[in-house]
Amino acid sequence: MFDSGGMEASLAALAPQLRLSRPGQLVPVLPALEGLLPERGLRPGAVVSVTGGGTALLLALAAAASTAGTWCAVVGVEGLGLLAAAELGVDLSRLVVVEDAGDQWARVATALADGVGLLLLRPGGRVSGRTAEQLATVARRGGCALVVSGEWPGARVRLRVAARSWEGVGQGRGRLRARRLVVEAGGRGAAARERRYELWLPDGQGAVRAVGPSAAGTAGTAGAPGTAGAAGAVRRHKADPARGPLAVV
Amino acid sequence: MGGAGKDAGGEAVPLRVLAAWVPDWPVITVLGAEPEPDLPVVVVERGRVLAASGAARRGGVRQGQKVRSAQSLVAGLAVHERHIDAEAKLFEPVADAVSLLAARLEVVRPGLLALPAAGAARYHGGEHVLAEKVVDAVEAVGHECRIGIADGLFAAQLAARAGRIVPPGESARFLAPIPVSELAGTKLTDLLGRLGIVTIGRFAGLPAGSVADRFGQAGVVAHRLARGAEGRPVVARPPGVELTVEQRFDPPFTVVEPLVFAARVLAERLHAGLAGAGLACGRVEIEVECADGTGASRAWRHEGLLSVGAVAERVRWQLQAWQQRQLFEEASGGVVALRLVPDGLVHDPGRQLSLADGDQEATERIERAVARVQAILGHTAPVTVELAGGRAPADRVVRTPWGDAHQERRADGPWPGRLPAPSPTRVPASPVPVRLLDAEGLEVEITARAEARSAPARLVLRTGAVEVTGWAGPWPEQERWWDVDEARRTARIQVTVADGRALLLAVTGGRWHLEGDYDT
Repeated sequence: MFDSGGMEASLAALAPQLRLSRPGQLVPVLPALEGLLPERGLRPGAVVSVTGGGTALLLALAAAASTAGTWCAVVGVEGLGLLAAAELGVDLSRLVVVEDAGDQWARVATALADGVGLLLLRPGGRVSGRTAEQLATVARRGGCALVVSGEWPGARVRLRVAARSWEGVGQGRGRLRARRLVVEAGGRGAAARERRYELWLPDGQGAVRAVGPSAAGTAGTAGAPGTAGAAGAVRRHKADPARGPLAVV
Repeated sequence: MGGAGKDAGGEAVPLRVLAAWVPDWPVITVLGAEPEPDLPVVVVERGRVLAASGAARRGGVRQGQKVRSAQSLVAGLAVHERHIDAEAKLFEPVADAVSLLAARLEVVRPGLLALPAAGAARYHGGEHVLAEKVVDAVEAVGHECRIGIADGLFAAQLAARAGRIVPPGESARFLAPIPVSELAGTKLTDLLGRLGIVTIGRFAGLPAGSVADRFGQAGVVAHRLARGAEGRPVVARPPGVELTVEQRFDPPFTVVEPLVFAARVLAERLHAGLAGAGLACGRVEIEVECADGTGASRAWRHEGLLSVGAVAERVRWQLQAWQQRQLFEEASGGVVALRLVPDGLVHDPGRQLSLADGDQEATERIERAVARVQAILGHTAPVTVELAGGRAPADRVVRTPWGDAHQERRADGPWPGRLPAPSPTRVPASPVPVRLLDAEGLEVEITARAEARSAPARLVLRTGAVEVTGWAGPWPEQERWWDVDEARRTARIQVTVADGRALLLAVTGGRWHLEGDYDT
């Protein structure tokens, strides 16, 4: 005795849950960061690892999602500069922070992965393959994307801050205004091809912006990570949205 | 408090409320009721002073101060972590003693309780007599309290601080000179401060219509309180809607833990029921019923501000307090029912939990997930974040345990010496000592004119020394830097170092600290 109208109604009521677990749903990132990710967004259940001192990049990856109303969580990042998070565009009213999870970090991360849309995690210890798998399973089911600060077994996308330099500071003059990051992106599958990007994070106006593609031929720093940060090495590339793979904010 | 009448204009006139406040309750909890008067003691929460003993206050210690600065002010300062469970447990005898004088008493928080004054005052022979009786009752259980009576809980609370009885209809005038930060959250205070509105009276003078346009629902509620009105008009329970939630236990429980677990489920049901009816409650009454027919109840302030976790926590406090009274002894036969009764209902068009709006389902999921984290790490581990006033990056962020209402913190500026964005991505909980050396290998000094005596060349961190490639500042924290005692004045500089990183350094009393790292 099926009342088809009733069934339709209950299906409609289920729609939000269905949407959450649908594999096609990506967690959005700022347009300037889309080029770092093979799918131009964060895939629930997949891990993006950020290494090389990229807390600013980690935070910026949560900007678009939190502003769109997605709940985000940060676990295990002690002394996190939350003011910097707000400046990079993270909506703090959509953020839950667990700074010190100690040796319970994996349990805490797994609990949150079942409730938020984006989890930023700094593991509090060695990550076993089993822990990584469990977390990924829960995250996939819960529709939660994972961005990990540090190495992670089986990360789908690996982002490494290879070099950085600051603008605005002289010898006793000015102030910190803009940071330029060289980010190397690699990983598995579609992300396997190594790529290099240069980002303003932030630029002089506080925005996250692509500097432009840094092909090996044009950037003198490409082969020698670490030298781009030396004083005076920053070149003023013009961001060109038409040519570059990265959109301009 | 419960209800409100209507005056000719239709504005809800708050009922008379008596607030009884035992000052420094967190300190009393750690030290006992009659501590050594000269003992400098502070109770701290998350690295900041929550309450201080008289001796510590005389030394210049203030609420909200960092523990480090409090320690630098008073030699031999004893620092205790806050023990909120003990605060609640110890307050129960106080609430009990006062409840003999008036029905419908409620605990606003441990250390502060409120009751509707009108009926009780008539019964006891006037508000002054009632006030004296409450003071005596609290004294009989070993504590000193201050009484305030005014129209509505908000004014009564502030009147209690001053130990005053504000005559009926005078509350707006009483509130007028008080800083607006006592009324509003950080965000609203900040906003009003920029408009030059610093007192409650000035805020009350704004036309209600423009307050609604500019400051939204939170502003409207604050504005009503500022005018001495009820924050939100109390409404009757909609007919046919049962909002009380109850859990019965068979066999009865004689221990607290399973009851606390049940309380969380009940709190979830309570909130779901209220939200479904578009309501929030002003207070929630916790009731237990024992097998022998006895029972106990206590009302806690809710104001639509408590999350499921926070309600469950109050139930736990209450049960622990009752356990002390042998409520769960064999003689009573154990607890057969636990009830949460919402009271003082108000319309709540938005979500009653201030944390989120929008997607109900997403909100329920995050609530559940955070509750699990709280079960693993404790109630205070997951926090939400709000920005506030202050100079150092660490001062400008307020962390509040998930589910608790954000504490009001002064946001009035301006903040000379505050550095503009970008801010450091890592701010160590306590500044890390470093050495900043010039080319000669001497410590860089900041002169009385707030200039660097020599240019920084090398920074010695715990991990080793790095070359300084650039630097900016110094920015003195104090406006009249040269007037400030040399040992106290603080200045900051930004440096970039050889590996491309940028760091924020602060110098106080000639000693350098790492205050922030822009590139962790």
